Formats: sequence, structure tokens, C-alpha cells
Amino acid sequence: MLSRTADNLFWIARYMERAETAARLLEVGSRIALLPSAAGYRNEWDSLLQASGNADAFAEKYDAPLQKDIENFLFFDHDNPSSVASCITTARENGRIVRTALTTQVWDALNSAFQELRQLERTPRGDLELSRLTEWTMRHAAMVRGAIEATLLRNDGWDFLNIGYSLERADNTARLMDVKYYVLLPRVDFVGSGLDNYQWSTLLRAMSAHRAFHWAYGGEVTATKIAHFLILNPQCPRSLITCVEGLSGHLDRLAKLYGTMTDAQARARDMLVTLSETREEDIFDEGLHEFLSRFIRDMARLGSQIHETYLSGDMR
Amino acid sequence: MTQYFNEMYHGGKVRAPYARLEDWMNAMPAELRTLKQAEAEELFRRIGITFAVYGEGGDPDRLIPFDMFPRVFTGGEWAKLERGIKQRARALNAFLMDVYGRGEIVRAGRIPARLVYQNDAYEKAVAGIKPPKGVYSHIVGIDIVRTGPEDFFVLEDNCRTPSGVSYMLENREIMMRMFPDLFRGNRIEPVDRYPEMLRRTLASVAPQKCSREPTIVLLTPGPFNSAYYEHSFLADLMGIELVEGQDLFVEGEFVWMRTTEGPKRVDVIYRRIDDAFIDPLCFRPDSTLGVPGLMDVYRSGGVSICSAPGAGVADDKAVYTFVPEMVRFYLGEEPILQNVPTWQCGKRDDLGYVLDNLGDLVVKEVHGSGGYGMLVGPKATKAEVEHFRAKVTSDPGNYIAQPTLALSTTPTFVAEGVAPRHVDLRPYCLVGERIELVPGALTRVALTEGSLVVNSSQGGGVKDTWVLAE
Repeated sequence: MLSRTADNLFWIARYMERAETAARLLEVGSRIALLPSAAGYRNEWDSLLQASGNADAFAEKYDAPLQKDIENFLFFDHDNPSSVASCITTARENGRIVRTALTTQVWDALNSAFQELRQLERTPRGDLELSRLTEWTMRHAAMVRGAIEATLLRNDGWDFLNIGYSLERADNTARLMDVKYYVLLPRVDFVGSGLDNYQWSTLLRAMSAHRAFHWAYGGEVTATKIAHFLILNPQCPRSLITCVEGLSGHLDRLAKLYGTMTDAQARARDMLVTLSETREEDIFDEGLHEFLSRFIRDMARLGSQIHETYLSGDMR
Repeated sequence: MTQYFNEMYHGGKVRAPYARLEDWMNAMPAELRTLKQAEAEELFRRIGITFAVYGEGGDPDRLIPFDMFPRVFTGGEWAKLERGIKQRARALNAFLMDVYGRGEIVRAGRIPARLVYQNDAYEKAVAGIKPPKGVYSHIVGIDIVRTGPEDFFVLEDNCRTPSGVSYMLENREIMMRMFPDLFRGNRIEPVDRYPEMLRRTLASVAPQKCSREPTIVLLTPGPFNSAYYEHSFLADLMGIELVEGQDLFVEGEFVWMRTTEGPKRVDVIYRRIDDAFIDPLCFRPDSTLGVPGLMDVYRSGGVSICSAPGAGVADDKAVYTFVPEMVRFYLGEEPILQNVPTWQCGKRDDLGYVLDNLGDLVVKEVHGSGGYGMLVGPKATKAEVEHFRAKVTSDPGNYIAQPTLALSTTPTFVAEGVAPRHVDLRPYCLVGERIELVPGALTRVALTEGSLVVNSSQGGGVKDTWVLAE
């Protein structure tokens, strides 16, 4: 497969996943904003922007973080490369470039997301509930993913799409957790309070994992349980370990298909082994924020190895 | 008032090939037609058959208007056209081999040396090269107009990379999906073998150094090109990689593509970018679309390029005048398809005639295409005629003129119902080890009443084109 084709597939997946994350961030934000606010808090919306890595870009364009501006920024703004609109447009453009590597169904899913997006963009904002926008995004992300799983040949292209998904999702889960723990609630005296638990539940909801969590753990929502669920539990579809497992599996498949072992494959395996041997205590001993930051860095390194090996076309 | 030949109604009767279409047309109430038209448009958009127009504002994804009323040829009409098209494609390739070789036709005084060797499209860089099977132009698109039951004229030849074939294929697919009954009732020759034939043609001109099943790629300028959809569509149907210049590189004696498994050798390049851009080391140094060093590999027989660089010298509008002469000179036959009489403004006598009759003529730039930069005398305002008079006078060699042809019409769905609109025809002739073409072509239609300009960039549409089995 052409390296450029592989690269485009990889980024289609990343952008679709990223669009979904932007929508989830909006959902977290709007739920948290429904809380009675207390003096001494940082502005929650500001925290969200910081966690998504967009605070500077936002500040350049808007004054104060008002909900309506943030909604616009995270959903519609084409100047923000991570907005839902930007991600879906780019994913569809990448899809157009590699039409030959996609089935009609996958293309159809990407294209109809794009066509509907353009209708949304023409709709007066006042007529658009935030919940409708976030649900819309998740529905289309699911349709693209479903078309990929249901119709695509299980060849290297399918591996590159899944590698994109896993890498992006791992990064996003780690960032969303970081919003909660590091940014939203930096002061130790809040930990364990009712507010603390409410925020954790909101986070779970934003990951569509609220019910799943209760089925798996039951009882009180605690930081430890959530950390276990979102980091170490291989049953949770968005947990870090699930994502790393996916990465490792698809890199193994590629190595087998091409008959060449790679450094990226070795690193993914290492990360998987390390994660499976990690206990919740280890994470809290290191500090959740520190753990997550390290994980995000490791993922970025793995991403660039994958790029060098398969996507840049420089391999000889 | 000019009489136009209507391909469906002639001499007060419905012509035979259209017999069944009359019932079909009459049985379609306006509401159904609107519905079907919307359905067709939806299909085109869903499949993504759009041509992208960037830099003009508005929606970059545009649809070429599709007219559901098919255009029909009898098997007999087509047989004659086919012979004429193949003859012309053969002569054009013989001409190309000749002018990059000994130049016999010039030595024989049958065509002026200046027209060939000082032509902008003549590539000195490929003089002396003999491409595999002696073919320079592997896909020859010949634009044909009709003026009467037996009267066909060639309007121009396209020897470089004629586009539009994806519309020929998709128009048929969509018609079959929407009106299956029509296809049960008529015996219509299929066109869907085209991609397979194209692939076979490309494989048949693999370079000498290739001793295995050749790897073929389609080289595109990229997704911002207006024909990108067609590039990706054809690559997909042929099962070959769609590459951009950045995907290829030259090393040693060969061209390679960058893949996830490392470099893979490429043997045949079906390029959809212009000569000037294919190799910055040989042609335009500022080109980022091409592959540095490609021409060296080509010259040494490491890769085939289709169409071969330099093929453009045969489809120039001034050289066009001499194509009937080529047929006689190389093939010793009489041309089956006629040229439109053409005046060369570069010739003193012709120029005088053209300037005296500007209001009745069509004037074109020698290197123009896409319907831009032309004057249709009878449809032009006085000011436009005067504007052209100034242009032609200042640079006569850059213009040719032709009589305004009475282009045939076919029934076309318009807002008020069904009405005649002018059409032309572009068949795609494949030249490799053999010369072949599918029984079908692209029909372009001028949707504006009275308009004679069918180019999609000027508001033209397309139709499905049928050849009936005998």
C-alpha cells in the first residue's frame, strides 16, 4: 500500500475520533456548568480548553470564555483544527483522496457526515441545542466506525485505520481524565467531597461509560475505581490498556503481513506489558497527573515511530 | 434561419433508433421527471462524482448537469464512426513517431516544418525516442459533431490526456439503475469493459526492461485537480495505485513508489498531469507535481509514460488542419471522418477572409481549450466581435477560424418539458498493441437554448450515449 494512502487512512480515523472527543468535551463542560458555582473555582470552561490544548487559540479569538463562544469554537470554528467541523471536513477530504482504499459504505458514511454538517452550519445557532450537536457527532462517528468494521477488507488499510483510532482514543482518554483530576479540582480539600464525586460521574457520562461503570464496579464512585476503569480495565472500550492492546495487536498484524519486525511494534508490546502489571496504587503513588502526562508523551513517541516506519515512505 | 438536424425527429418522423424513447418520454409526467432528476443528482453526489472548482468561491464540489434523455446511434452509424476514429488515431500516432524521428512528412513538404518544430507542444527533449509499440498517444479523444444524417465532422483531437470518460461510465450506471425497463426494451451495447481495456492497453506498452507483469500507476496532480474524481475512479476500476508525484522517486535505472513495505518498482505511468510538470529536472523547474529524474529513466527504457511526453504536438489546432493529409500520407487511405474547414489566421489570404467574415465564424486560440477564449460570431455582440478583431490582428498566428457549424440537436429535458439542444460527441480510442474503443462515448450537451458551446466549464451537461446492437 502507498505510504501516503496509509497515512490518510490513519488520519481519517484520528480525525473522526478527535471530532468525537471535541463533542464529549462540550458535553462535560455543559454538565459541569449546570453545577451551582462556588467562589474560588477556576472557570470550568477555561479548564476544558486548557485540557484540550486549545486555550491559547481560543484566547486569541475571543475575550472571556462564554459558553456560546466555546460551543462555537469547539464545534463550528474552522480556525480551530480540532473543532468537530474541522475534523469531519478533514476526515472527509482525506477520504476523498483515498477513495480507492475505502468501501462505498465507508465513503458514504464520511460523506454524509460532511453533507449534514454543512446543513447544520446553515441552521441558525439558536435552533441548535448543544445536546443535539453532541449526539449528532457521536452518531456519525459511530456510523463511520461501523461501516469500517462491517465492510472493509481486513488488509493493511484496516490496520492503519485502527491504529489511528487506538492512538487517538488513548490520547483523548488520558486528556479527559486529566481535565478532571488536574485542572478541575486542584485543591486537596475537595477530594472526596460530594462535588468531587459529581465531577467524576460527569466524566464517566461524557465517555458514555456511566452505566458500564456501575455494572462493573457498583457502589460509590471513587477516584480509585475510576482510575482502574479508565486506565487498567481491558473491558472498558476507552481504557488506556484497551487502546494499547489494540495498537499492539494491529502492529503485530502488520509485522506479520509485511514479514518485518519493527521498533514501533516492540514499544507497543512493552507499553502493554507495563500497563498490565500496573496496580491502582502505583498510579496514585506516582500521582495521577504525572502518570497521565508520561503516558501522553509515550503515546506521542509511539506515534512518531509508526510515522517513520510506515507512513513517511522513507523506509528502504 | 439555419436548419439544425434533430437526431430524433427528422423529416416529420421519429428516426428508428429513437422509436422506443418516444413512448418512454410521453409516459413520464412532469412530477416523475422532477423526482427522477433529483434521484440522479442525489446518486451523483453520494457516489461523489463531482468536479472540484477551487478558487472561484461558492461550493467547490460541483455536479456536471446530467440530462436523462439518452442519445442514440444505430449499429450502422457507429460502425462507420468507429472505423473513422481508429483510422484517425492510427494516423496521429504515425505522425508523432515520424516527427520525433526522421520527419518524413515534413521532408515531403506535406506539412510546414515551422508548424511542427516551432510548435510550443513539440518537445525537443524526446526527439529520437521510440516508445514501446511505437505509440505516443494511448488514449485519443476525438471530438465529433454531426450536422446531418450522414455528416460527421471532427472538431478537434485530444492526444494528451482527454478527460470525461468516467462520465461515460457513470452516466450509464445511473441510467441502468433508474430506468431498467429501457435497457430491457432496447438492445444497448455495454460500455463497462472500458477500464479493463485501458488496463490491457497500458500493460501492452510496458518498457523493454520490464520482464514481469508490469506495475501500472495513475499519476494525478492531486485532490485539488478538477478531474480528481475521475482519476481515483479509473484507478479503482483498474485496480492500480493512484499516486502523486511525491509518492514516486527515481533511483538507479528505475522509478519507485513509496509503500508501507518499502520501495516498489513502477513500470507504466498513466499520467494525468501535463508534460511541463512531469519532471522538474527536464521541464518546468518549479513543478512540485512531478518526479525529478523521471525523463532520464524514460529515455533509457526503464519506465513507460502514457501518453508519451510530446504527444501534444499532434492535437494542436493548427496541426489539426493537416490530419486528413496524415491519413493519406501514412496509411495511404482516404479519411473516413472529415475535418471542419479551417482558416489559419497566420496565412495572409485566410486572415483577410476571417477579418471580413468575423460575424459568421467561430474563432479559436490555437492552444486554447475548455471553450475559453473563443468567439462564436453569430452569437456575439458587436463589441465582442471588435474585441476579437483587435486580438486576431495583433497576433494572427495564434488564431484559427471555422464556419459556424449547424450542430445537431437531441431532445433534452428542460424546465418547460422536452426541447432540442445542441450536442457533440467524444469517443475514447485506446492505442497499444491493438487499437480499440468501446461502443459508446461521452455526449456533451449545451443546456442553454440556442447555445453551441458544450464545455462543462461553460454550463454544458452530459448524456448517456447508446449504441444499439445490430
